[in-house]
Amino acid sequence: MLTKHLKTSAVLTGLTAGLSLGLALNVGTATAQAADWEPNKPFEMVIMAGQGGGADRLARLFQSIIQKNDLSPMPVLPINKGGGSGAEALRYLQDNAGDAHKVMATLNSYYTTPLRTDIGVDIEEFTPIARMAVDTFVLWVNADSDIATLEDYVAAVKAAGGAWKMGGTGTGQEDSLVTAMLETEFGIEMTYVPFAGGGTVAKNLVGGHVDSTVNNPSEQMAFWKAGKSRPIAAFTEERIQVFPEVPTMRELGHDLVYAMQRSFVGPPDMPVEAQIFYTDLFKALSETEEWQSYAAEQALVSDLLTGEELQAYLLAERDLHAKLLEAMGESGS
Amino acid sequence: MEILQHLADGFALSLLPLNLAVLLLGVTVGLFIGAMPGLGSVNGVAILLPITFLVPPASAIIFLAAIYYGAMYGGAISSILLGIPGASTAVATTFDGRPMAQKGQAGLALIAAAVGSFVGGTVSVVLFTLFAAPLADVALAFGPAEEFALVLLAFTTFLALGGDDVFKTVLMILLGLVLSTVGLDLISGQPRLIFGDLPGFYSGISFLVLAIGVYGIGEILWTIEQTQHKPQVMPARIRFSELAAGFRALGTSLKAMASGSLLGYFVGMLPAAGATPASLMAYGVAKSTSRKPEQFGKGAVEGVVAPETANNAASTGSLLPMLTLGIPGSPTTALLLGGMVMWGLMPGPMLFIEQPEFVWGLISSLYTANLFAVAINLALIPLFVWSLRIPLPVLSALVLVLCIVGGFTPNQKMHDVWLIAGFGIAGYLLHKLDYPLAPLVLALVLGPLMEKSLRQALIAAQGDVTTFVERPISATFIAIALLLFLLPLIRKLRRHLLPGRAAASSRSSA
Repeated sequence: MLTKHLKTSAVLTGLTAGLSLGLALNVGTATAQAADWEPNKPFEMVIMAGQGGGADRLARLFQSIIQKNDLSPMPVLPINKGGGSGAEALRYLQDNAGDAHKVMATLNSYYTTPLRTDIGVDIEEFTPIARMAVDTFVLWVNADSDIATLEDYVAAVKAAGGAWKMGGTGTGQEDSLVTAMLETEFGIEMTYVPFAGGGTVAKNLVGGHVDSTVNNPSEQMAFWKAGKSRPIAAFTEERIQVFPEVPTMRELGHDLVYAMQRSFVGPPDMPVEAQIFYTDLFKALSETEEWQSYAAEQALVSDLLTGEELQAYLLAERDLHAKLLEAMGESGS
Repeated sequence: MEILQHLADGFALSLLPLNLAVLLLGVTVGLFIGAMPGLGSVNGVAILLPITFLVPPASAIIFLAAIYYGAMYGGAISSILLGIPGASTAVATTFDGRPMAQKGQAGLALIAAAVGSFVGGTVSVVLFTLFAAPLADVALAFGPAEEFALVLLAFTTFLALGGDDVFKTVLMILLGLVLSTVGLDLISGQPRLIFGDLPGFYSGISFLVLAIGVYGIGEILWTIEQTQHKPQVMPARIRFSELAAGFRALGTSLKAMASGSLLGYFVGMLPAAGATPASLMAYGVAKSTSRKPEQFGKGAVEGVVAPETANNAASTGSLLPMLTLGIPGSPTTALLLGGMVMWGLMPGPMLFIEQPEFVWGLISSLYTANLFAVAINLALIPLFVWSLRIPLPVLSALVLVLCIVGGFTPNQKMHDVWLIAGFGIAGYLLHKLDYPLAPLVLALVLGPLMEKSLRQALIAAQGDVTTFVERPISATFIAIALLLFLLPLIRKLRRHLLPGRAAASSRSSA
């Protein structure tokens, strides 16, 4: 039943991709003449997560860069709508279809939340703007623990017999997926404790309230520099430049790779002129020195993707996550 | 000595003429932002962000900190004059601030609030200067179990010392808790109590909407009914002799200031707790240690001083988790955080070591911001008081407009305006039936925090409730909470069992 559903949705995806390709061509031609639309009031940057996490910091950094470099005639208003693993933000955008003054900073919960719960949102209808970066995941433990290698880690989790506390963001979000991958790969069991944002997760690891996390590097960076947390292994294809000592899961013989896109999308039916304005805005942003140096420092892979390529990428990722969730037994429908 | 050297360097930076100018501007702007319900949201501050790019980074941070500080002073103004708390931190200020204004003591209440804020702000900045670095670890010791115990304690301070009718207080707390569950659940992601499928409820019911409804609209309806046949203007004049009397009256509130400052600083320092529980707990402590607890809620100066001291002290305290852990507690601190990231200042445990000139510049500017804020505030008091002389029909209409604009602005949803209208009518009826409204509003503020931390703590402990008493900090808070909860009962029992000694015992416990 589920596979059948997946197949149909894949066909549908193909169809819409084809359809929207035509639209993309229109967009392309329009870009040349456009720049005739500009926001006429402050525009909102909706964040799918709580304050202090990776997405939040990024959005606030962008707010500052945009206003400092005068990239927009109107100010940016970052708004956190992190409730229900981002469902609050998704629903907000859906309910404001056609609005030209709202963009949303996405996480991977952009796919997973609507897959898990029926909140009346179809991300195919959303307007793609720009993917700014791909964020990485690392397995962290408190620096006071005896765990130094992945082997130690697995042994410690097994010894805890299910009481090992893994801290992460909302259930069904990226952190819980990575946790599920770990559980399946190593045949271990952990207790997953959800928090409102990545910053809070990081703090709870350092404070000793959870035993491990899979924070993005930017969330643990300050604590790592202070010698309070320890990276064990990275869920990346290659070693992360900032942590040359930390092996990847793949090097250790486990095919666990997971990344998080950091993109911006608009509500369904956003006017094409507005889409062009924001796409250009984020293109300009991606070239600023402030962004480039931040990305390098925080181990973000700056990788711009816009328009239809982005939409195709987002939909492909959604299908991948549908399978991941299914494997976890987490799919809501 | 090293600290004094750092602080001197900081002052050398913050006393530059440019920095003094941005400080003055920031404090004034902040005062008005804080005084207008609804304006204190992201809107107000985001529009001001570009100004910060015109000046060097250190001045920009000083500017943002000055707004942050000014807003804390301003919050008391609408609480006292209009009875509408501009922010959740100023709820406790309405309990006695509003009755004072109605008795014609608006000037005194405003002075008390300003002086209390100044004392709280200054004491906490001194504490911050001396103990910021060692105390950063205390914030880390707070996990979900400790957060839950703290919120529980905040609730009990209120229950034990709040209204005269315990049954009604409990009922209003429960109603507030029900309202606080509306919206999407953090842990499961499922929508709750959205009345079918009303999208407006997905983001829950905000504090501001409820407070503006029950306090703003509800109070207008109540006042209109009360003055139906006898239109009156509130006696609102202020003379210099009264100012002097005001300062003398403050002398009796020294204890409230001391406990408010300490409580505010330490509670404010804990991430996720902040100034709201701090101000409430300070109010509760002031009432229970006062010699005349029966005057609280009817216009006691200490009832204004205590929460105002505490919320300003807490606003300094909450800079600590923002700077050392990178977790902002309010839209204004989030803006400060954004500004810091922009200038390459990474909040975290290393900030004090890597960027001492920034940190100490900021700390020293807090001293100056405090001084400026109290001076500007005192200077403007006659103006604020004068605004109360507007005839009631005009004032009511003005407040109504302020309420609707203030409720609509943050989310720009008509949904919120309808909710405000509904809450207004409900608030009026509850007031008529003599139900206390404060517990309702507070339960809505603290409820989500309490529910989340309770569930996180239980998940982490595999459902074992003993986690709350096994952890020392959480156990201590729960013990105090229990004690406060049982205190009225113990007093009553004592009075019944030992009628002869009732007077003596009440004196000794005061």
